[in-house]
Amino acid sequence: MIGAAFRGRLGSFDLDAAFEVPGQGITALFGPSGCGKTTVLRAIAGLMRLPEGTLRVNGETWQEGRRFVPPHRRAVGYVFQEASLFPHLSVMGNLTFGMRRHRGSSPIGLDEVVDLLGIGRLFDRHPTQLSGGERQRVAIGRALLSQPQLLLMDEPLSALDRFSKDDILPYLERLHAALSIPVLYVSHDIAEVERLADTLVLMEAGRVRAAGPIADLLADPALPLIHMPQPAAVIDGEVVSTDPRYGLSEIAVPGGRLVVSGDLGPPGMRRRLRIPANDVSLGRHAPLDTTILNALPARIEGAEPTPDHQVTVRLALGADGKGAALLARISRKSWDRLDLKPGELVVARLKAVALAEPAPPLSTRVTPAARTATS
Amino acid sequence: MAEGPLLDAAMIETILLTLKLAGVTTVVLLLVGTPLAWWLSRAGGLWKEVVATIVALPIVLPPTVLGFYLLIAMGPNSPLTAILGRKLSFTFEGLVVGSVIYSLPFVVNPIRNAFEAMGPRPMEVAATLRASPLDAFFTVALPLALPGLFTGAILGFAHTVGEFGVILMIGGGIPGETKVLSVTIFDYVETLQWDKAHVLAGGMLAMSFAVILAMLLVERRLNRARQ
Repeated sequence: MIGAAFRGRLGSFDLDAAFEVPGQGITALFGPSGCGKTTVLRAIAGLMRLPEGTLRVNGETWQEGRRFVPPHRRAVGYVFQEASLFPHLSVMGNLTFGMRRHRGSSPIGLDEVVDLLGIGRLFDRHPTQLSGGERQRVAIGRALLSQPQLLLMDEPLSALDRFSKDDILPYLERLHAALSIPVLYVSHDIAEVERLADTLVLMEAGRVRAAGPIADLLADPALPLIHMPQPAAVIDGEVVSTDPRYGLSEIAVPGGRLVVSGDLGPPGMRRRLRIPANDVSLGRHAPLDTTILNALPARIEGAEPTPDHQVTVRLALGADGKGAALLARISRKSWDRLDLKPGELVVARLKAVALAEPAPPLSTRVTPAARTATS
Repeated sequence: MAEGPLLDAAMIETILLTLKLAGVTTVVLLLVGTPLAWWLSRAGGLWKEVVATIVALPIVLPPTVLGFYLLIAMGPNSPLTAILGRKLSFTFEGLVVGSVIYSLPFVVNPIRNAFEAMGPRPMEVAATLRASPLDAFFTVALPLALPGLFTGAILGFAHTVGEFGVILMIGGGIPGETKVLSVTIFDYVETLQWDKAHVLAGGMLAMSFAVILAMLLVERRLNRARQ
């Protein structure tokens, strides 16, 4: 468990941020630029000292009252917005900088990290000889090898171009699956957050607006996320089976099963699905004659009107309405014509294409190193 | 040009003494100037400006003014002499002290600039990688500031070799002890030994040119390696 509470003056506004997040998985600190996300992250690392603060990480107190553990005694890994590799050291020198200074057991091995991040061929290179994406991967590896109990990432992708970004995201997903270290991830890009985060801390002007599982916050009518122009639901599921004949996989999610295009791995594999509200339509009955593969019973939880004569319908999958949260954006006319009301059972129709994860499984990807070589 | 060898024994003695003074002074300057430059690059507030001003004074003060105060400070009746038990004026050690103070800004400023150009990030990265501040200073800050340290050392050395006014005020010209090149040249000119003055002056001109050119070239290489 990570419990943080910080107060202080921050430029033009007061920072007063308190939250508690699980000591595992990826937690995104999400909010507009300048809302204090990075300040909170720096305070957690001990890089800045806010006058009032309490910070406990997995049972250890890093800040409380007059107690302030200096940054080099905190078991954090920090990935900065720019890779910030040491220019006087080789890739190898950078990777082992923190590793050599760590005392005690080292559960994260050099080989494992190198393998996970695909940086084996870069060892003898100089930071100036790396692409942006490679630099950031080395920076992530360097942070991991210092054997952190908590990995802090400050918009690690925002300084990269689209190409390098797509390069790194699969590695982050892989880290997520392979490591048990909790990650605090600062971002102002909702797409990144939807793809990576388990828990979301929503910040606004120095304050924490809400904190909780990402699926809940995305569908919470009291929060701004559902009112975004392109809201989406994220649903974590497990592969049940794959059908190579049609190139489809069946994924079990709370409250139903979904058919997703692509071979999404062996049965039991955890997969995250992102379903944009615009790709979900509603009907009273199961469609008889349609090309849509996914039509699931769902219960209407509520509906939020949008300024452009549409309605964002909040749904819970399953006939009992106890499954995963789903959003559907439909026209107000359809809402009225079907005379839909909260509490009613409907059939949600999902376009199969919208279900695929942004990245195909790693095994089928072109190796990123080969692609960056041409950039 | 006079008969006999180009350099006589007295000239060689004065050249070696000058190199020794500049070498010792440079080492002391790096040891004193580097921590001072680090502090100046990190500290804030009024104190920093006051100290920076004191360090910069030798740039604007006439060497005679600096030399005058140093002579008093190191003379027979000063508190410093009472503490040390002997006077430093007219000694080699006295010249080192004077040279260190006189050349301090030329060493501190490039090192300070190098530390400031580095920005806070490398030290933050080092801290998050478990390096204590002292560890990070030696393994990150110093290597990154190497071009600045190099420039500072060269400038300190060259400036000490070329020093005249302060030396004349506090050291006089005791052969083998305090009679350095610049003073020797002055003596030769005064005693109308122009040929000898030519040899030493020309040598210094050539050396200064070579040193500064080498410094610029090395600096260019170091900077290129970093980008």
